[in-house]
Amino acid sequence: MISGGILVGQYYPVRSFVHSLDPRAKILISIIFMAILFVGNNFYAFAVTGTFAVLAVTLSRIPWKVLIRGLRPIVFIMSFTILLHLFLTPGHAIFQIGPLKATLPGLIQGLFIALRLIILIIFTSLLTLTTSPIELTDGLEDILKPFSRIGVPAHEIAMMMTIALRFIPTLLEEADRIMKAQMARGADFESGNMFQRAKSLVPLLVPLFVSAFRRADELAMAMEARCYRGGEGRTRMRQLSLSAKDYYALGLTIVMSALVVYTRVRFGPVIPRGTV
Amino acid sequence: MTAVEKARGLEAEGVVFRYEVDESDKVLALAGADLEISQGEFVVVLGPNGSGKSTLAKHFNALLLPDEGDVWVFGMNTKDPELTWEIRRSAGMVFQNPDNQLVATVVEEDVAFGPENLGVEPGDIRTLVAGALKSVGMEEFHRHSPHHLSGGQKQRVAIAGILAMKPKCIILDEPTAMLDPSGREEVMKTIKRLNEEMGITVIHITHFMDEALYADRVIVMDKGEIVMAGTPKEVFGQWKRVSQVGLEVPPVGQLSRRLWSSGVNIDPGILTVDELVDELCRLKSGI
Repeated sequence: MISGGILVGQYYPVRSFVHSLDPRAKILISIIFMAILFVGNNFYAFAVTGTFAVLAVTLSRIPWKVLIRGLRPIVFIMSFTILLHLFLTPGHAIFQIGPLKATLPGLIQGLFIALRLIILIIFTSLLTLTTSPIELTDGLEDILKPFSRIGVPAHEIAMMMTIALRFIPTLLEEADRIMKAQMARGADFESGNMFQRAKSLVPLLVPLFVSAFRRADELAMAMEARCYRGGEGRTRMRQLSLSAKDYYALGLTIVMSALVVYTRVRFGPVIPRGTV
Repeated sequence: MTAVEKARGLEAEGVVFRYEVDESDKVLALAGADLEISQGEFVVVLGPNGSGKSTLAKHFNALLLPDEGDVWVFGMNTKDPELTWEIRRSAGMVFQNPDNQLVATVVEEDVAFGPENLGVEPGDIRTLVAGALKSVGMEEFHRHSPHHLSGGQKQRVAIAGILAMKPKCIILDEPTAMLDPSGREEVMKTIKRLNEEMGITVIHITHFMDEALYADRVIVMDKGEIVMAGTPKEVFGQWKRVSQVGLEVPPVGQLSRRLWSSGVNIDPGILTVDELVDELCRLKSGI
């Protein structure tokens, strides 16, 4: 019932070009890609971003099956978005169900947004699939470091992520144990309506929280005993270094971004303003 | 006394410590503990729950500071805030729950945590981590996730995490309490080896009487005071006093005493299986 697959199990360990990139480069590329995806406002832009995403997936050697599986949770949102656009966008009707009028611009707009979502999900999941949690935290800490001068707690965020990742399996195991103990004493977690089921989780959450706080207390003491005193003066065993391939990947991302900006200027929005 | 005279090992002088329950209510955990531990010694601290043994251990790591008295760690007074980090580096501490003291998601990252905090150069950290993992026999697990290790293995990783800081002393606060028998043995053998081969001072706190047999010296605590001290034989020889503070003589010790009191001609102070076997063989061949 409780599975650790959501956050931790995401990393897909194979050797590939994308896996071997510096985590900082990958985070940066992902951010640029996300922004540029929303700059693109027509299908030509999708040809560019889509090709880039397909290229990245191919180079990552992650099976499409895995990525498609990742899309499953958004199927509902996607269909909902398409339907909303289909029936609520004004324009020339293609068919009609009762008072609802499906329009051609609506269909185009709906598909456009759905496609954007698909590319977004595929590309961003590529980041966590190809980067191990440690690399990810290391990269994040390094990227945030310049902002620590304006008060961004870079080291603290990274340390929090590391500890969270370390304790997710431990706490899941503990939740499972508490649940079994409660079930052995007649607790029922599976029947009843949503409200009753939520209520039955209280005897699970209370001991889980109590134990999490006790763990936190002990961990803090153990960290202190090992001379932990925050990020100042601290070194790292793992050193990140940007190599030629990271620059190639970043360069390609910039070329891709420029192309998307060009399509925006040259072709304009998918449904030209004033036509509806 | 000057710092130089105190440079021998670890020393507690009339340490009094009270835990604050709330503002008016304080619980006396240490009532004037005096203890001297020389470098290279293997000391086991025994005592019933609430006897103050963990509290005393935390004083040697400067995690707690005495309300009265002084604690010296290799000549450094724990009250000096400037020395806190050097004290924690030279007297490392391993705790009871293996899950709650491992910080990172990969074994080698966790072992590197201490040296990283001390600001050691990245290249040197690698050497320290590899050496520490080798000393506890966990080198082949260096890329594993701590979550998938057994309790005994986790504790050995925790010990490696301390060793990577190149300590002179390791304080272990009931490291075997949550382990199964084989895990306990794993940990005890590791500690014993570190003590013998690397000359690391060991202060081992436990409520398992048989673990006291590894020690050069056994300290028994009760109600915040040190009530007995000596070699395992000396301490468990006073079996009446041992049971008064709520402890038990190890099973083999009980057996040899009962054999002796029922007329068998053996030394009632025998504590280990090997010794008892030798003694019984001697008796048999002597007949």
